[in-house]
Amino acid sequence: MRPFDYVRTTTLDETCQLLGQDGDSSVRALAGGTDLLTLMKKEISVPTQLIDLKRLPDLPSGITSTAQGMTIGTLTTMTEIETNVQLQEKYPLLAEAAAVAATPQLRNMATIGGNLLQRPRCWYYRNQLVNCWLKGGDECQAQDGENQLHALFGGGPCYAVHPSDLAPALLALEATVQLRGPGGERMVPLAEFYALPEEKRRQETQLEKDELLLNIHLPGLPAGTRSTYLKAMDRKVWAFALVGVAAIVRLEEQKIVDARLVLSGVAPIPWRVTAAEQALVGATANEATFAEIAEFALADAQSLSHNAYKITLAKSLVRRALTMLTDEG
Amino acid sequence: MTQVSLTVNGSPVTREVEPRLLLVDFLRDTLGLTGTNIACDTSQCGACTIHMDGMAVKSCTVLAVQADGSTLTTIEGLATNGVLNPMQQAFWDQHGLQCGFCTPGMIMAATKLVENNPHITEAEIRHGLEGNMCRCTGYQNIVNAVAQVAAGKGG
Repeated sequence: MRPFDYVRTTTLDETCQLLGQDGDSSVRALAGGTDLLTLMKKEISVPTQLIDLKRLPDLPSGITSTAQGMTIGTLTTMTEIETNVQLQEKYPLLAEAAAVAATPQLRNMATIGGNLLQRPRCWYYRNQLVNCWLKGGDECQAQDGENQLHALFGGGPCYAVHPSDLAPALLALEATVQLRGPGGERMVPLAEFYALPEEKRRQETQLEKDELLLNIHLPGLPAGTRSTYLKAMDRKVWAFALVGVAAIVRLEEQKIVDARLVLSGVAPIPWRVTAAEQALVGATANEATFAEIAEFALADAQSLSHNAYKITLAKSLVRRALTMLTDEG
Repeated sequence: MTQVSLTVNGSPVTREVEPRLLLVDFLRDTLGLTGTNIACDTSQCGACTIHMDGMAVKSCTVLAVQADGSTLTTIEGLATNGVLNPMQQAFWDQHGLQCGFCTPGMIMAATKLVENNPHITEAEIRHGLEGNMCRCTGYQNIVNAVAQVAAGKGG
């Protein structure tokens, strides 16, 4: 790891100003460090200054109920999300997603803010000898290379997939993120916050360099809504999703009246399949419907040379999630 | 250099450290507490697990400066006056180790597991130890050891 200065700040303003500094210095924010330190060890991220956000008193931590739903502070750990009883009751998919992310020791350190802002696990991106497009290079080596773990949707110029399990769950919940910059705060729906990387913004979010993520706001769900997060891994535990599905369903007399489906592990950002959701509304909950919806959800998938298996996997997960959520037993 | 003050195994410690110094290197090289092992150095294997403010963490993916003000317990801090703590004793009784390299991390993770959930089930033990790898694959006896402590405490 290259040397850097360790900095503690006392106000949000001071922190944003420091993060926005121009010139040769590269200032990064450190929370749990479970992603950033691995990038720094490999010298993929080489900050000259690290600001320790866990020492910043004004940065929110913890889970609170609001009139409509719940709010999660950016410094809340993954363990808190996994074990919070209210979250487990109201938003089971979120607690489930936290429980299958990483491992207990990492969940104790990792924050939800860092989880949402973590960088891809693409092996080209994580290889310090490869200057991939996402790191400022000219091309994506995965496109015609070893792309077993890469994108089915939204690929090009970058084909990496977003590694977060919480992000698809939060996107299905239609969460909003509260951001703080030098000019004040702004609220951004998570659906806009995540945006496919582009030429001038080679990252997966709309977060500006001098902005901090403060809170995640969750709207309420109508009574009777069910939700789950299912994740396929190349081993039973402790791996990033090959494919995941965050599903929310509300049923009235065997008819689906509300449905949300977000896939993970298939695109550079969590990928909501809105057309499949719309097709579900009004449909009768049965295996035939779910098989059709699964086909529909993956209809636009574009596989690369080595990742077509993800289509089969995603269809199975969609079917399984919908079956589980509508099972009367 | 940045000054850090923390409590390690009950004793106050103050040192000047480079910000990039990892907590595991601080423990091993600066303080000479070599019971905590480094294996993968990528936060995967759990050999470097210690307790920081009452939580199991992987000390290879924490900076020493992040631990400033914290209370740490390492494997050296578990036994009292040469008497093994219940988890160490259970690993001994159940032969919960083969080569022994993962053992300090396993014991630190397992101690916290049973402390947080005295009536822990076998499934919960296995879920709780997902962050610790045993390359000898001696998992069954490790699970037995943790279950022994849980039975003694909660049963």
